[in-house]
Amino acid sequence: MDLLTSVEQEQIKKDIPDFRPGDTVSVYTKVVEGGRERIQVFEGIVIARKGGGLRETFTVRKISYGVGVERIFPLNSPRIDRIEVVKKGKVRRAKLYYMRKLRGKAARIKERD
Amino acid sequence: MISKAILGKKLGMTQIFSDTGEALPVTLVEAGPCLVIQKKTVNNDGYSAIKVGYEDIKENRLNKPQKGQFTKNQLAFKRYLREFRMQDADKYNVGDEIKVDIFQPGDKVDVTGISKGKGFAGGIKRWNFKRGPMAHGSMYHRRPGSGGATDPARVFKGNKRPGHLGAEKSTVQNLEVVKVDPEKNLLMIKGSVPGPKKSLLFIKNTVKSGK
Repeated sequence: MDLLTSVEQEQIKKDIPDFRPGDTVSVYTKVVEGGRERIQVFEGIVIARKGGGLRETFTVRKISYGVGVERIFPLNSPRIDRIEVVKKGKVRRAKLYYMRKLRGKAARIKERD
Repeated sequence: MISKAILGKKLGMTQIFSDTGEALPVTLVEAGPCLVIQKKTVNNDGYSAIKVGYEDIKENRLNKPQKGQFTKNQLAFKRYLREFRMQDADKYNVGDEIKVDIFQPGDKVDVTGISKGKGFAGGIKRWNFKRGPMAHGSMYHRRPGSGGATDPARVFKGNKRPGHLGAEKSTVQNLEVVKVDPEKNLLMIKGSVPGPKKSLLFIKNTVKSGK
């Protein structure tokens, strides 16, 4: 293994649960507020996973007070405390950008076992 | 005058996460160990400097005069030889090794290398000219435009024109050292440095103010 990949491998997290686009996840992020650190939860549907290796990111979408909110997280960021898979969804796309046009009942995703 | 300097090889770029969780773009450089081959003194050569070698090479790759520089002091053969005009050249002895641990995280460095060759490049890539409209029958897409006034009936020297770009010596100043790994001879420098992977780099303390 050359030095470049070994430096990247060192930083890749090993405790990431297996999740795919369509799944509902809770992302526990560390937030620094006035010198104190606390944990904030962002729960929503994973609509995309992008990139590979150390640079992989995932996009989580949720509806907050009637407004769609999307957050992109670096998968291997040390600011992420943990990721929990709440629900597994059955989808036929890798990128669920069509979810942005859907509201309410139409924006549901079938569950996968 | 240089206070710290080392030769290295570019390994490529990646990102690392800082303590605060930010992703920093870093260039990985395999730097040193460099061997001091010769000392130049004011008495002997008119100026003081050290000559260092980097990267081992097989003996049969060198010719007799090249070998002589190493065999004179029973040193290992090196591929690259460079001279450093060090501030404290007297402190070094022939046979000393310069290792990557001369740098600490947080140091600012200047990195010199040979930039990637771009071949014959037009004015847009080479001089950041603006391009013409691409559509509506403009027929004036990426041309260089005017070469100057018509009265002198010639083009003045130094005019920006298409031509060869890249593959020349280039320095990026004031880059931050993010991490040093003396065991692996590894240096992580924030930002990009000139040249392709595996190319030779010269890293020294920055000429800019500060560290």
